[in-house]
Amino acid sequence: MKRITSFIAAAVVATLGTAALAQDTETKVIGVSIPAATHGWAGGMNFHAQETVKRLEAVYPQLDFVLSTASDPATQVNDIEDMVAVRGIDALVVLPFESDPLTPPVQAVAESGAWVTVVDRGLSVPGIEDLYVAGDNPGFGRVSGEFMVSKMPEGGDIVVFRGIPTTIDNERVDAFTAAIKDSGINVLAMEHGNWNRDDSFTVMEDFLSKYPKIDAVWASDDDMAIGVLAAIEAAGRDDIKFVLGGAGMKEMILRTSKGDEMIPANVTYPPSMIATAIELTAVGLTSNAPVSGTFKIGSVLVTEENAMDFYYPDSPF
Amino acid sequence: MTDTTLPAPTRRLPSMAVLGPLLALIVLIVIGALMNPNFLSGANITNVLARSAFIGIIAVGMTFVITAGGLDLSVGSMAAFIAGLMILVMNAALPSMGVGVPIILLGMAVALLAGTLAGMLNGFLITTLGIEAFIVTLGSMGIYRSLITWLANGGTLSLGFELRTFYRPVYFDGVLGVSWPIIVFALVVIIGEIIMTRTAFGRHCAATGSNEHVAHYSNVNVNRTRLLTYAALGMLVGVATIMYVPRLGSASASTGVLWELEAIAAVIIGGTVLKGGFGRVWGTVIGVLILSLIDNILNLTDFVSPYLNGAIQGVIIILAVILQRERKAAQ
Repeated sequence: MKRITSFIAAAVVATLGTAALAQDTETKVIGVSIPAATHGWAGGMNFHAQETVKRLEAVYPQLDFVLSTASDPATQVNDIEDMVAVRGIDALVVLPFESDPLTPPVQAVAESGAWVTVVDRGLSVPGIEDLYVAGDNPGFGRVSGEFMVSKMPEGGDIVVFRGIPTTIDNERVDAFTAAIKDSGINVLAMEHGNWNRDDSFTVMEDFLSKYPKIDAVWASDDDMAIGVLAAIEAAGRDDIKFVLGGAGMKEMILRTSKGDEMIPANVTYPPSMIATAIELTAVGLTSNAPVSGTFKIGSVLVTEENAMDFYYPDSPF
Repeated sequence: MTDTTLPAPTRRLPSMAVLGPLLALIVLIVIGALMNPNFLSGANITNVLARSAFIGIIAVGMTFVITAGGLDLSVGSMAAFIAGLMILVMNAALPSMGVGVPIILLGMAVALLAGTLAGMLNGFLITTLGIEAFIVTLGSMGIYRSLITWLANGGTLSLGFELRTFYRPVYFDGVLGVSWPIIVFALVVIIGEIIMTRTAFGRHCAATGSNEHVAHYSNVNVNRTRLLTYAALGMLVGVATIMYVPRLGSASASTGVLWELEAIAAVIIGGTVLKGGFGRVWGTVIGVLILSLIDNILNLTDFVSPYLNGAIQGVIIILAVILQRERKAAQ
């Protein structure tokens, strides 16, 4: 009998102790929901998300992270619902697959009182998110266009590769078109290479058959630039002076840094912006530093001189 | 000429099922030639034939699978997976073997072996365990797609630079100006045609696809026939990968997306019956060429908005099959 009482007493003390401890350092859960690694850029983004989560879990013992990757918008909605229902997340970092289908579920998370950070693609209703870490798509197009103009002061004939038909692609191409206006640069043709090496290779082969003289190519993405370069090399054409890619794939950055004349520059659209978003969210949850608002990550011109600052050998992208 | 020299009663014009796709192809070639003078240039013809080779080689194998009453949705993912595997093996062997012919042969052996095994696995699940082909290959499609994403760590697997330079001629060079992919494609077609029309195996495929039970009672080993078609298709996916890897020297999760549907579409456009029992290898070749030419012509002209490329392709595929069907019904 006596033994049982003392056991209960010990159990009570232990419970109280744990409760007191929990109150001091209440564990908060951050949910991170991103699209799966289906192409190069997304692969890089996945890599940086995993690295950041690993690092922050060591830095902040009071934070728990749930990372999920979805291969389509419907799965992403399910993931977010599960995070709220099962894990009771205190904050959500989300890179929406598509704006429209993800808006209502993210709105529900925000209404439940959790912190919401949106990355890259905005939601269709403004004001839902507490923090918006945005890539600069018009800036990406503008910087690319300005580089083209500076590289071709006398003008010339170019072909343009577009990505998968989306708002992102439209914003980039519109800003590019505006930047090269009245510069004497003539766009012979634009075609969708879908941010894909094989598609771009095929399209470039056809462009080379169609146009006897092309001065430069705006491939607008490094995966597409690789396909374009392979097609040019195979055709043995030497009229094309350079190819401008984009997004900062490590192999291309390396070639730029070595002074490769065909790839004189790159324009960043860093997949590591997911890391910025997760870090800022963690700071917001654990300190008094205000982090709400919009954080725009500029698209920067990378040339031979500064290329090594943008070279991440460990990243898959 | 042949009509006059041969006795008339046994010989008549080929059926419209044969002529339909051929007509569609000729119409496309005429349209292309009228729209752009470079369309019939040697470089463009080489480009179109070489890029058709991947789907074409796979589609020949698909013709046998469909003729025998099966279906394989996994070939696109399988090609991506085999390409990734090949690159990994070759990169891993590079320090010990160095750049040279042996390492290329090793890569090719890996591709052929992996393809045949993957095809046999599909075939085993479908025949011995009796699971629907659609379900088995839908499952393996997802498995191989995930495996390549995993192998590449979400990014891209690339062949070492020197290795790539050495292997490159397999796609871009050839004999007497005809590039290797075209030669291999032609060989696969000729062998396929002979097997389909001149051998017992070809007849067994048609019998199995036409009526499994009748075939069984006619002493055809139905399961073995089916298993062999899947294994052959797997091996041909390996052959296609051998031609694909030297082109860009890389593989990623976006390699070979939708190849399975293009291959199936080519087979059907060519006059093979989707529910099995009748297959035409030559028709499949025409189907593949029609699909490639549509893309090529759309790229060479500014005729329609690039947003509509998919729609044009869809319309032409359906038209090609309708043409074939109506004429057949009229007969």
